[in-house]
Amino acid sequence: MSLTGLFLILFLLVHCYINAQIFYNDGGERFRAAAHFMGTNFVIRTVEIGLFAFLILHIVQGLLLWARNRARRSTRYAVSAGSKTSSWYSRSMALLGTLVLLFLLVHLSKFWGPNRLSQTMGNGELDLYTMMRDEFQVTWIVIVYICGCIALGWHLVHGFYSSFQTLGLGTHRYKGMIKGIGVAFSIIVPLIFALMPIAFYTGWIS
Amino acid sequence: MEHYHMNLTLKVWRQKNKNERGRFETFQVKNISSEMSFLEMFDVLNEQLVAEQKEPIAFDHDCREGICGMCSMYINGRAHGPWHHTTTCQLHMREYKDGDTIVVEPWRANSFPVIKDLVVDRSSFDRIIQAGGYVSVNTGNAVDANALPIEKQKADESFAAAACIGCGACVAACPNASAMLFVSAKVSHLALLPQGDPERKTRAVNMIQQMDKEGFGSCTNIGACEAECPKGISLENIARLNREYIGAVFSGSGEGNA
Repeated sequence: MSLTGLFLILFLLVHCYINAQIFYNDGGERFRAAAHFMGTNFVIRTVEIGLFAFLILHIVQGLLLWARNRARRSTRYAVSAGSKTSSWYSRSMALLGTLVLLFLLVHLSKFWGPNRLSQTMGNGELDLYTMMRDEFQVTWIVIVYICGCIALGWHLVHGFYSSFQTLGLGTHRYKGMIKGIGVAFSIIVPLIFALMPIAFYTGWIS
Repeated sequence: MEHYHMNLTLKVWRQKNKNERGRFETFQVKNISSEMSFLEMFDVLNEQLVAEQKEPIAFDHDCREGICGMCSMYINGRAHGPWHHTTTCQLHMREYKDGDTIVVEPWRANSFPVIKDLVVDRSSFDRIIQAGGYVSVNTGNAVDANALPIEKQKADESFAAAACIGCGACVAACPNASAMLFVSAKVSHLALLPQGDPERKTRAVNMIQQMDKEGFGSCTNIGACEAECPKGISLENIARLNREYIGAVFSGSGEGNA
């Protein structure tokens, strides 16, 4: 859970950096260059296979963990502590993860899927910038993206800190720093992602 | 604080034995003093039940001064009741008002089967301790207490971990019924001291293996254990246990049992 999660966090960082090129508002010139590199570079394409393997491993591990842990208490409490003793998002990682996964399916079917399909068919890369501009004119897609980013943010608030704690790094010396960086990461990265559809929808970027 | 009396409604879990299905029973208790402890309130209720020729409610208790780890009630959704760093015996009735309804359940975890009413079998903890919670000592005269120098910070952290009374509130409070806080406290208080060094690696591995064998859940770092622990055992101990375990496995002591 922890190692695959940290790898996915690294991926988010790279993905966010590449896509943030659209904010240059240069008609997508820099974004297209970056997307072309990511879509054709041999090393990147190889790492992409690993990314999907880790993503699937993360999902399978997570669901197994959730199911097994639930089975440890056959008789439930009549009264539960709720949020008096823990945060709701730390208890809802499976739910938040599922929401992120649902979003991811929509997301992949909009951009990654058609692009790789076109490459495989020998029709070359698609113009992802134009696709983004067109897709993000549709209200429901923008709403789905914003919801996906919110779920991702809450998933990360617990996930970031939790992965370091699992690896044994949550000592008093580093705990505050890890939690601080984790919260900052969980706000900033999903916010930048969410701003992309918003920017196209509202016409900040044209 | 002003002394007052109160009447309360109690919904208490009753279960004949491990195999029979349990259910809640409702009781009325009258004239409870605000200066009583929660367990004394149960004593009053039990005397009332005995006088009515009914079966008294079985519950665990021993020292009644917050250090034995026997009392184990889950009160209105909270392990050992709502007070911070407090065992059930140290919870006082001044927490409640006249007319309150209190729901009392046993610890619920498959690794802690109910023996009767509010009494659960916590021998899984004993077996975890047996798997590695000991140190080897030389026989002969007792060693001078100051012969082994120990860093102040390590001594303090070890002492804080050793405060664990093994009550099981961590398991009861954990949404995953995980025993990691308990195991981490037991591993930490020995791993930090030179006396615990010879078995350091096999201890971490063997105790974790026994914990898994007993059917406790996995830790997902939710932190409800730390919030409910009557002795304030910190989550840092879980990080230390993870370090100890990872270190032991990577140094080839992963088999345990040495």
